[in-house]
Amino acid sequence: MVRTVALNLPMSKADALSLRTGDIVTMTGSIVTARDRVHKFLVEQKPLPDELPFGLSGTVLYHCGPIMKKTENGFSVVAAGPTTSQRVEMYESDVIRQYGLRGIMGKGGMGEKTRQALIDNGCVYLNAIGGAAVYLADRIKNVLGVWKLEEFGTAEAMWHLEVVDFPAVVTMDCHGNDMHRVLEAESYKKFLELTGAQKH
Amino acid sequence: MLKLRDGIVELYRKVATSIPPDVEEALKAALSREQEGSAAKSALAIILENIRVARETSRPICQDTGVPVFYLQVPSGLSQLDLRETVIEATRLATEKVPLRANAVDVISEKNSGDNTGDGFPVIYLEETGGSTLTIDLMLKGGGSENVGQLYKLPAPELMAQRDLDGVRRCVLDAVQKAQGKGCPPYVIGVGIGASKDQVTRLSKAQLMRRLSDTNKSEELAIFEKRLLEEVNELGIGPHGLGGRTTALGVKIGVNHRHPASYFVDISMSCWADRRGRLIW
Repeated sequence: MVRTVALNLPMSKADALSLRTGDIVTMTGSIVTARDRVHKFLVEQKPLPDELPFGLSGTVLYHCGPIMKKTENGFSVVAAGPTTSQRVEMYESDVIRQYGLRGIMGKGGMGEKTRQALIDNGCVYLNAIGGAAVYLADRIKNVLGVWKLEEFGTAEAMWHLEVVDFPAVVTMDCHGNDMHRVLEAESYKKFLELTGAQKH
Repeated sequence: MLKLRDGIVELYRKVATSIPPDVEEALKAALSREQEGSAAKSALAIILENIRVARETSRPICQDTGVPVFYLQVPSGLSQLDLRETVIEATRLATEKVPLRANAVDVISEKNSGDNTGDGFPVIYLEETGGSTLTIDLMLKGGGSENVGQLYKLPAPELMAQRDLDGVRRCVLDAVQKAQGKGCPPYVIGVGIGASKDQVTRLSKAQLMRRLSDTNKSEELAIFEKRLLEEVNELGIGPHGLGGRTTALGVKIGVNHRHPASYFVDISMSCWADRRGRLIW
């Protein structure tokens, strides 16, 4: 049976340390989106945390390129599911360290470099439900701001979003546990049973 | 052609915002199979709720509205050039109206065209057909699941895969095992077998247009498809790669004759949002 944890953002290091792989969390507070281009920019240009229009310390960075709609006084979120996290593997450990994030959210899990950064910095990886874009958009109550919209476009900009009861599963925790890795090993064992193939 | 254009815009809306009934039924069946209180069950419950809300509010099921892939069966006498133009025009309109996410990126300048059109974008296949009915099939193919597709050339010694259906079986299991949860399972898996690389990749993707209830016209392949589905589900990757009993909803195989020297196998995977639809004109 899995445990469900209600989390307020920004979260403390103690909050992050208390989470374990398999926990279902529901988050309330503010998060930011970032995908390929923002990551590349943060790592190459190294802007200081206070040079960004909103603070990232203690918050969750969401791998997501949303569909947004322009409204009279800003934006509303039409659809906002997770994108594949592995694409920013080469950048993420630096971003976690530099900006004090407590959570990285996306889909599919991340690699060894990020796993180590999660341990070193007290941060967790959260797997959001891929494709549940409308359900998740409805848990975003407010668009608080946006950065790099002109330069990177809607999908690649950094959006600052207020979420209420936003669900995800902890699949990599601060203690080195990695659910993706465990499941991959188990499925590989099954694959060998079904094929009799050698390690490749 | 103006009316046809608007018809295609509506087809886009239908395909982006609702899921085929057979896929929804299969997801419901998967929900009942998963263990009470598991992450897999909660993921499937959210997926089904997402499908319902998307349909009711006419919003795209997933923010990645994908690469549009069109299959047109064109009666003789209709201009294929005009049809191509109309599809492109409808794509521009649909991007704004549905809305779809703009996904067409120029490889050299890295600029997004902003309207889902560009070189070879959307993908359009046209074929002449008898009779007087124009049939337009549309699939919105998400990027995440497209990225986990694989092409194999048999024999593949590392998989102990020979040039036979058992070799194909090994390719399918290998591709799914490598994909894990990256392409948003439960997957629909299309397999193409034949003589040339370009042909099998197209064939595997076309299988994703088949209804899940559709039975292969070759009895041997129909049995093989069932067996593959069972074995893929034994891998235990589960919905979203969170573990569980449902890694795929269906396996569909298409075959062409092969060259004595060649045995290509291509595997296309669709995410659970296997978004496809048909317009008959």
